[in-house]
Amino acid sequence: MKKILLTFLFYFIFLIKSFALIEVDITRGNLDPLPIAVSPLHVDVKSDNFKDLKVKELGENISEIIEKNFKNTGLFNPLKKDAFVQKPDIAHLKPRFEDWRLIKAQALVTGKLLIKNEKLKVEFRLWDLTAAQEMTALAFTTTPSNWRRVAHIISDKIYERLTGEEGYFDTRIIYVAESGPKNQRIKKLAIMDQDGYNTKYLTLGNELVLTPRFNPTNQMVTYMSYFRNMPRVYLLDIETGTQEVVGNFPGMTFAPRFSPDGTKIIMSFAKDGNSDIYTMDLESRVVERITEHSSIDTSPSFSPDGKFIAFNSDRSGLQQIYVMRSDGSNVKRVTFGKGIYGTPVWSPRGDLIAFTKMHKGRFYIGVMRTDGTGERLLTENYYQEAPSWSPNGRVLVFYRETKAGDKGEGFTAKLWSIDITGYNERKLSTKTDASDPSWSSLLSK
Amino acid sequence: MTLKSNLKNILLVIFATFILSACSTAKKTGDIDGDVYTGKETVEYLAAGVPDRVFFATNKSSLTTASRATLRKQATFLRKNKNLNVTIEGHADERGTREYNLALGERRANAARDYLMTYGISGKRISVISYGKEKPVNPKSSPLAWSQNRRSVTVKVN
Repeated sequence: MKKILLTFLFYFIFLIKSFALIEVDITRGNLDPLPIAVSPLHVDVKSDNFKDLKVKELGENISEIIEKNFKNTGLFNPLKKDAFVQKPDIAHLKPRFEDWRLIKAQALVTGKLLIKNEKLKVEFRLWDLTAAQEMTALAFTTTPSNWRRVAHIISDKIYERLTGEEGYFDTRIIYVAESGPKNQRIKKLAIMDQDGYNTKYLTLGNELVLTPRFNPTNQMVTYMSYFRNMPRVYLLDIETGTQEVVGNFPGMTFAPRFSPDGTKIIMSFAKDGNSDIYTMDLESRVVERITEHSSIDTSPSFSPDGKFIAFNSDRSGLQQIYVMRSDGSNVKRVTFGKGIYGTPVWSPRGDLIAFTKMHKGRFYIGVMRTDGTGERLLTENYYQEAPSWSPNGRVLVFYRETKAGDKGEGFTAKLWSIDITGYNERKLSTKTDASDPSWSSLLSK
Repeated sequence: MTLKSNLKNILLVIFATFILSACSTAKKTGDIDGDVYTGKETVEYLAAGVPDRVFFATNKSSLTTASRATLRKQATFLRKNKNLNVTIEGHADERGTREYNLALGERRANAARDYLMTYGISGKRISVISYGKEKPVNPKSSPLAWSQNRRSVTVKVN
């Protein structure tokens, strides 16, 4: 990711800390989403190329992205624009609160933008219509090509102000794009904005690639590739495109992820029918063996403080989830429910572990406390696995496959997301079939 | 009334016969023992009478009696063809998590390799690779297809 993308110029105009009457509780499934009006951003007539249709429509387009982000959370109900009562520029100066209340809006977003000398200047305000006051306001400058990210950053700021939690809109998802018949799948690494836009392919599909994961700064990706028919863990620099094999293992390495500080890769190494968990320090190249057991130990996941590792192992006979200290000591089995358990993923908040559960031919995505108690199954289906957390720990993305007929027809693989409340399950839009999603952290943090 | 109930009975009998015959044909063509595939539908041959693959039970990598017989034939074939090297590909069905299946495929391929080695074939001649659930031979989602996909396949490399 380019430096320009990351160096946003932020400055607060003013921020009123008030007794907000509106707030959104995201800890429960929200059956009564907050009605919010997102006014199109006013486009300053002094903007360069103002007559250019795209510039003129930019304010409208940004507001539509914000609306879509809000709708997808299930927590907000963006109101139809045809009922709006004030022009964008006037509403942005000072809304007539009572008029907006008439259309049953509780919150209002207004804003304006100016394009001058290849710079896009945007400001927005969030208004509490019930209390008749401004809740937050922000202005920033960036390059005009970043306009979609502007919409996501505004969405994050509003989400944060209304829920008290960090947002997850200015983020990307890396995944495996799939095409072709089921028994001759072509797989490529792909990256897209969380709302499905700006898809880019990072590999050409000449070799099988699996299970990509971002590093904490979202600039590197670790994944598994069958390049030259040697299944190994790779490291890819997204900006430069350089790739390298991770470590010098005499056999298959797989299931890679980064440590929370980004200095190590943790993965499995399979030799002579036995898979154990290893780490490799990316700077010193020192390899450490973490588990030593004749069973299959794989799908490792660090706790966000780096002190513990969750993984799945079949040492008890079938796949179950275990937690150990990051040096491999003190291994404890944490799943004892009916069925078999895999793919533990530690929440970025540290409080929960998401997992895949298989029981009586059905597949579940669930969450539990890190000691295995408090198991909650969020969704059941024919086949689904591999959850990955939104950076605020409120949403999981995973992939789901459908049943295939005699010749493999009817088979699809798609990305889905669900709130950890168990509500708001939805299919993500991807250009192709997709699997193995991994959610980035906030890009503009 | 009697006519109606008679008709009903006849229909029931016809229906039951239909189901029973369906069952018996399923058993004949099913070719699954426990849940290990025992048929020949997907099997290819390294040479006349030398099958290239063996099949496994769900989540298992242990060799069945039939699998061991197949591997002994492969060992005999490899002893006769001293310059031939092979790769054993390990595979899993689609009903498991991707990463675990990669490990399971590797374990299955090694179970076959170990057995060939006990019959005198040098480990240097046998490489292994796991494809997990990535390369199903039968793309259907059915217990029969899954049993055909839980396999290790011995492939000539030269």
